[in-house]
Amino acid sequence: MTQLQWHTICDANDLTEQVGVRALVGQDQVAIFKIEGALYAISAIDPFSNAAVLSRGMVGSLQSRIVVASPLLKQHFDLETGECLEDDTVSVATYPIKEEGGKILVAPAQEVAVS
Amino acid sequence: MSKQRIVVVGNGMVGHKFIETLLEHEQAEHFEIIAFSEEPRLAYDRVQLSKYFDGSTAEDLMLTSEDFYKENGVSYALNEKVTQVNDKENTVSLASGNKIAYDKLVLATGSFPFVPPIPGKDQPHCLVYRTIEDLEAMTASAKESKTGVVVGGGLLGLEAANALKNLGLDVSVVEFAPRLMAVQLDEIGGQQLRTKIEALGVGVHTGKNTKEIVAGENSRYRMNFADDTHLETDMILFSAGIRPQDELARSNETIELGPRGGIVIDNNCLTTAPNVYAIGECALWNNRIFGLVAPGYQMAKVAVSHITQGAEAFTGADMSTKLKLLGVDVASVGDAQGTTPGCLSYVYQDGVNGVYKRIVISECKTKLLGAVLVGEADDFGTLQQMFVHGMALPENPESLIVPNTGGEQAAGAGVDALPDEAVICSCNDVTKGQICCSVQDGATTIGAIKDATKAGTSCGGCTVLATQVMNSELEKLGVEVNTDICEHFAHTRQELFHIIKVEKIKTFGELIKSHGKGLGCDICKPAAGSILASVWNEYVLEDELAPLQDTNDHFMANMQKNGTYSVVPRVAGGEITPDKLILIGQVAKKYNLYTKITGGQRVDLFGAQQHELPLIWKELVDGGFETGHAYGKSLRTVKSCVGSTWCRYGMLDSAEMAIRLEERYKGLRAPHKIKFGVSGCTRECAEAQGKDIGVIAGEEGWMLYVCGNGGMKPRHADLFATGLSDEQLIQYIDRVLMFYIRTADKLERTSTWMNNLEGGLAYLKQVTIDNTLNICDELEADMANVVNTYQCEWKTTLENPEKLKRFRTFVNSEEKDNTVLFVEERDQIRPATEEERVRFVEMPSSETETETA
Ligand code: SRM
Ligand SMILES: Cc1cc2nc3c(=O)[nH]c(=O)nc-3n(C[C@H](O)[C@H](O)[C@H](O)COP(=O)(O)OP(=O)(O)OC[C@H]3O[C@@H](n4cnc5c(N)ncnc54)[C@H](O)[C@@H]3O)c2cc1C
Ligand code: SF4
Ligand code: FES
Repeated sequence: MTQLQWHTICDANDLTEQVGVRALVGQDQVAIFKIEGALYAISAIDPFSNAAVLSRGMVGSLQSRIVVASPLLKQHFDLETGECLEDDTVSVATYPIKEEGGKILVAPAQEVAVS
Repeated sequence: MSKQRIVVVGNGMVGHKFIETLLEHEQAEHFEIIAFSEEPRLAYDRVQLSKYFDGSTAEDLMLTSEDFYKENGVSYALNEKVTQVNDKENTVSLASGNKIAYDKLVLATGSFPFVPPIPGKDQPHCLVYRTIEDLEAMTASAKESKTGVVVGGGLLGLEAANALKNLGLDVSVVEFAPRLMAVQLDEIGGQQLRTKIEALGVGVHTGKNTKEIVAGENSRYRMNFADDTHLETDMILFSAGIRPQDELARSNETIELGPRGGIVIDNNCLTTAPNVYAIGECALWNNRIFGLVAPGYQMAKVAVSHITQGAEAFTGADMSTKLKLLGVDVASVGDAQGTTPGCLSYVYQDGVNGVYKRIVISECKTKLLGAVLVGEADDFGTLQQMFVHGMALPENPESLIVPNTGGEQAAGAGVDALPDEAVICSCNDVTKGQICCSVQDGATTIGAIKDATKAGTSCGGCTVLATQVMNSELEKLGVEVNTDICEHFAHTRQELFHIIKVEKIKTFGELIKSHGKGLGCDICKPAAGSILASVWNEYVLEDELAPLQDTNDHFMANMQKNGTYSVVPRVAGGEITPDKLILIGQVAKKYNLYTKITGGQRVDLFGAQQHELPLIWKELVDGGFETGHAYGKSLRTVKSCVGSTWCRYGMLDSAEMAIRLEERYKGLRAPHKIKFGVSGCTRECAEAQGKDIGVIAGEEGWMLYVCGNGGMKPRHADLFATGLSDEQLIQYIDRVLMFYIRTADKLERTSTWMNNLEGGLAYLKQVTIDNTLNICDELEADMANVVNTYQCEWKTTLENPEKLKRFRTFVNSEEKDNTVLFVEERDQIRPATEEERVRFVEMPSSETETETA
């Protein structure tokens, strides 16, 4: 497995609980969320509209999944897996994310690892 | 076998019911049906006629359609009067000259309004109330009149008075008898009704015999009474009873008529001519005419049964009635007057709330003989069932009418005691058993019950009872009706409102911890955010509140399809100075925004990027603008006309009032958006009657309309009050809006709220005008709190550098969003289409600048 390329994004306290922000990771627009202390990063581009709006969606839980709702047409995306709850043929990329030394770090989305 | 031909004369409620019943019959294919109607349209719901004045159209009132008749092979002719029955040759003659043969003939010719032979009765603006054409004539006449008199204080007369009132007239009722509703009510009941109706501003003149109608001095007409008094009025509506329409039957000597009219029928609904039936209001059974729809429907069924060799017979009908007259509940059951020899009665009278109830019981105290209810008629269903089924009286019969002071609800016990065959909906002949069956088949709402059984779909009088039957059956099945807002809260929006207010909860965190589970979602969070804002009105971007705001509320702008935003500054009442107009233009030009005049009398600037919003708003706020809340579930716009300042017709200064209202209610968070309109006169250039709150200037002050809607399902607003001063107007609006905010469901506009509000407009008036719940002070105080704590959210945000950080496009870069691409069209920008975008993105080093298309 290749080493993850961590990008420093912002200070940890730039994030507000349950309010998303958008970051540029390489050329990718990434939506970042902090929910009950846990961090999530998915592509910010809503596959239904191709607009970069997912960081501006409302987060919450549905059954046991942590989700964000697209602010445009309200489809829900699982923040762990990127899957769309309304349409299982659609999903968005997820990004590794962590907090270290008061900073938020995100790594580019992994190609499916070839073992 | 060739088909039997059934000719039906008259396509009113009963004639149509006959056809419908025959079509549903298993032998339907053996019959050919031909219907004739003198009216220009097929059957409509005469019972609901007055809904026409609440915004229903002729279309809404239709009971059937030409398509339905065609699909079912029913031939019909409209505007076609049948003039002669030739029973010797089994034909009828038509006004158009043709003759049509029949095997069976059904007369369903209904009745016509009786106009007393008063000299002067045939002048213009002297009208009756029976058909859609009559309604059109009333509406036209009302436009040229200020006052109206209804002759006749019975059921229909009072309903007509209500209709005239809704048309904006000053109304009086003139009754020959010494009391209102003399047929149904006893003396005290009639008196009580009179007091209530007078309190609504309708004049009541009983014991008046109109001698003549002559030209008036101050109004169009003067009615001179036999006691030498008189009354002036611009229009007159006769509602002095009905007469069976037996003109056609008179054309034939074999058909026997009653001494005072009406076509004599037997228990099979057969007339004295062979193969000729009569049903509905034209029929005379046992020397009685039945002026209600339910007995007519029974006759229709009996006639179908007889034609198809069935065994049903007509054996009379229960004439119990329950009505809401001018917003007052009135009901009578059986021998309401207590004329049965030896009968006893119990009376309950509540002078404070204007409630009067009386039950009449048999000498032996075992059976209910009749009842009168005025002011509150919730017990009607139970009492009527007891009467019809001869059920045993409870040990303390007075418990039937004495109000419940805590404890189990008596009515619930009432429905459980009913036998399965008890008819709950007499209009559509639906039994308790049928309702229970449809509950067992999965119906859990009254809407579903209506669809499945038709119960409650005609006069609506049985809805309360049908709901009780449904609820009791649901309870028995152990079904709980789920009204939870979402999976995180086992509460309705109304309950959450209450919890937040009573427990003084200020954040979503506290709320979900103490009353919910999970994290919340995009349903409960904005709903809670809206309630918190309605109750506490704190700054929406506080850390605790920000996550509750939909992206639009969060960025205080409306997101467009490409992720950019629109900017709408408030332009109260649509009034704007040239300087401000120029500023809007300058800002739009500087940030290259697409500019459009909205449907709400203001200007929308489209295409702003996230990071540009604070820059744009800084310039607008510095120039004196405030946020227009185009994004919020809150007050949007108050549309105005120029009003009396400029317009030659203006009665009051509508523009000033619109601005005053918009300034007062701006920022008010509600279950859904709220729109107002204020017009300077009844020409209604501001379209106020299509708004949640509509205000129209009249001669005596403001007229307030509530709960109108444009949008997906337009609803004409209801007239709420007239002759209001500025202060009264604002007081009523405060109360109505706060009551809406408290009790509406999430995302429920005022129009749907009103449609679902039990008791409807009358109930709303009771609460917000008569203060029956004693909450008016509280409602006003809550509104005062919102008004006093208003802040322009954009202004507050611009003063707060921490919050401004949220508007950065990227937390880690100053770059622009490269997915946002515009092209130019008609000299302005627009979002690039998907195709254009692909082309664009493929070009190397593409910038997010505008490309010229
Ligand atoms: C801009 C405007 C159209 C225009 O170019 O004129 C407009 C635009 C939108 N309307 Fe509207 N409506 C606009 C006047 C109206 C009107 C006319 C009026 O207010 O007199 C109506 C019918 C009147 C009414 O509301 O009863 C109207 C009935 C709706 C509805 C249907 C509401 C309903 O109860 O059926 C929606 C959908 C909703 O709210 O759920 C809607 C929703 C929307 C949204 C918010 C849709 C959305 O979520 O993107 C649009 C975005 C506005 C934006 O981005 O700024 N808009 N919309 C008008 C803004 C008025 C303003 O100055 O604030
Ligand atoms: C305003 C109003 C409110 C009412 N409210 C209630 C209520 O709350 N509850 C209730 O139970 N009842 C109510 N009624 C009474 C109810 O509407 C009638 O009982 C019902 O309509 C009777 O139906 P019908 O078919 O017998 O007569 P109609 O509905 O009058 O139909 C008769 C039809 O026959 C046509 N016709 C007559 N002669 C000829 C001819 N020679 N050739 C061709 N066509 C002909 C007429 O034009 C008419 O269209 C109300 C009535 C009115 C006017
Ligand atoms: S509503 Fe009446 S006052 Fe207002 S502009 Fe129209 S005509 Fe003039
Ligand atoms: S009794 Fe009239 S609709 Fe049910």
